Amino acid sequence: MSNEILLGDEAAALGAVHAGLSAAYSYPGTPASEIMEYLIRTSRRGTPFKAAWSVNEKTAFEEALGVSFFGKRAMVSMKHVGLNVAADPFMSAALTGANGGLVVAVADDPGMHSSQNEQDSRFYAQFAQIPCLEPADHQEAYDLTREAFEISEKFEIPVMLRLVTRLSHSRGAVRTREPRGQNGPRTGARQCWTLLPTNARAQFRKVLDRQPEIQKFLETPPFNRLDVNSGSGRLGIIASGIGYNYVLENVGGWEEIPPILKVSAYPLPEKLIRQLVERVDSLLVVEEGFPFIERTILGMFGIQGKTVVGKLSGRLPLAGELTPETVRSALDLKPLEHRGPGDFKPAGRPPQLCVGCPHADTFKALNQALENFDQRNIFSDIGCYTLGYFPPYNAVNSCVCMGASIGMAKGAAEVGLFPSIAVIGDSTFGHSGITALLSAAAAKTNMVVVILDNDTVAMTGGQPSFAAGERLLRIVEGVGAAKDHIRVITPLPKFLESNVRVLREEIAYPGLSVIVAVRECLEEAKKKNRREA
Amino acid sequence: MTGRPKQDIILAGVGGQGILSIAFIIDSAALKDGFDIKQAEVHGMAQRGGAVQSHLRLSKNKIWSDLIPRGEADLLLSVEPLEALRYVEYLRPDGRIVTSSVPYANIPDYPEIGMVLDRIRKIEGSVIVDSESLAKEAGSNRTQNTVMLGAAARYLIVEEDSLLEFIRVLFEPKGDKVLGPNLKAFELGRKAAG
Repeated sequence: MSNEILLGDEAAALGAVHAGLSAAYSYPGTPASEIMEYLIRTSRRGTPFKAAWSVNEKTAFEEALGVSFFGKRAMVSMKHVGLNVAADPFMSAALTGANGGLVVAVADDPGMHSSQNEQDSRFYAQFAQIPCLEPADHQEAYDLTREAFEISEKFEIPVMLRLVTRLSHSRGAVRTREPRGQNGPRTGARQCWTLLPTNARAQFRKVLDRQPEIQKFLETPPFNRLDVNSGSGRLGIIASGIGYNYVLENVGGWEEIPPILKVSAYPLPEKLIRQLVERVDSLLVVEEGFPFIERTILGMFGIQGKTVVGKLSGRLPLAGELTPETVRSALDLKPLEHRGPGDFKPAGRPPQLCVGCPHADTFKALNQALENFDQRNIFSDIGCYTLGYFPPYNAVNSCVCMGASIGMAKGAAEVGLFPSIAVIGDSTFGHSGITALLSAAAAKTNMVVVILDNDTVAMTGGQPSFAAGERLLRIVEGVGAAKDHIRVITPLPKFLESNVRVLREEIAYPGLSVIVAVRECLEEAKKKNRREA
Repeated sequence: MTGRPKQDIILAGVGGQGILSIAFIIDSAALKDGFDIKQAEVHGMAQRGGAVQSHLRLSKNKIWSDLIPRGEADLLLSVEPLEALRYVEYLRPDGRIVTSSVPYANIPDYPEIGMVLDRIRKIEGSVIVDSESLAKEAGSNRTQNTVMLGAAARYLIVEEDSLLEFIRVLFEPKGDKVLGPNLKAFELGRKAAG
């Protein structure tokens, strides 16, 4: 139909729109945010579907599940660790099945460009026993997203679309096809969707019984494809997702190209793998993330008479993302000649808080308030403010997962840490902090929670926050924090002294205090000014 | 430089310096001139004042990897000199650097700038441009990225007219006060590169 240049994320989003999407939900997280950004932009241009940010990934998943229950097509998108948050509905949605097509787009972040770990979502798809599609390029991100909706409705099961940073955040060309319309309403059968043990057993049986059929369906292109090529047959390659590109980048100029099994879908194509193995003496497995394919085909005892190399064997690094260079070396090719910088290694330039950022003022006040204490432990959370770890602040001592700061501060306080302080942003608080604060309020734990209210999800590009401003204050009061110990401060240099005083007073109070530091994100303020100008 | 079938370009700078705008202009010009493109970007955390780079691949043929292999880059275009040095290894043995001379010293251990520039000069064919003074001359300090695009123009395989067309596409909606200085910045950069 037309040719467009899109980010990998956007290609997947457009594929969903053209597959007849009725609604999409997400929580911001790098590298998945651009899926929803694109869907929101597209829906505002008059395409009649719902596209909205949710308060967290679990909520987003459940909203999408409701859409599917009503027979309409839904997409829920998130970064890899977001699926941990949504794991509860995700695992059980495999049992309810999908009524309208349900696609779970998950963007993994191998190399941890902007994440706290590099977990591989393919394990989740296997865990739930649902199909997983893994595009290699932009065209496939579009095409396979459309296919994912087909498969979801054909087998009445949610389907995972696995993306990785390098595809999500790379631009490339996409040829689009004729869009199709949305589904009409059609409610799900109550015995399928009410997972009482008696129903759940029957539903689980269905999931198990469907597996061979799904696997067989995915043995053929565009899902999985064995290219025999011209290779002499000693070496065979299994390459999945963008790993395929790095292989082709390097073997493109070879006279004899080895047989390559291109994996774009899971469960793995057993028949094709068998055909490849029979043809060659050794196998190289190139996959982004953990050695999922390599471990599966090796099992515990390997394949007799064949050598299998990849991440497990050490031929490719186990940690970090694949690069053209690591795959080149795995193919036994000499590095390309290149310019050398000699002995000079440029100083690193890590990300940092913007000049004038409100978080900087809060950290300065916190550091001063803690000056006279032996214990200076601040539990932090996930957001721009995690950068308070770096000099000159050196203020925070933890960052684990969304919302962890409050629970960790409570636990530590209960075994004697004083003062015990949690620092969390407004959106992270809405995402996963509210329940932890409820728990601390009920227990009257002696701790201080500092909520940094900058009225946005700053780190991921300024998406709307659900728990900011007046609503945030009402939530804090509503979960049971004592009104006298909910204090609002303005993190500005001119208020440093009074802010330190407030912090000291609340540290001294032997119970739960919540200090809300309210000042708008500078970047967002700038954007707003530009829009108004 | 037009007429070649492919070109791999590393764009470098610090978050906020506008390298994605340069990437957009080159990408769009390349598409207009009949090239396929792939462009890997950095989003998220690193954009907060950290080192950012973009891998830009233009080709008449199929492009496989989103990342430019080390040793394949024809051109390293940087809006900041220390950032230029960070990616030298990506250049082919005859690859070229076009960089700004203006340091963005937001780190405590930023090396002595004379040493940084000397190292860049030692790399044959390097083009170093004072993007700050040219941007001021063009009427806006924020056009340093466009100055650098102008400085690189003669080494790109896309047509200069195509670049100008997409400078207009990008900046025209922001009004004459933004477009004018950017057009001038491009011209000044182009001249400064000799």
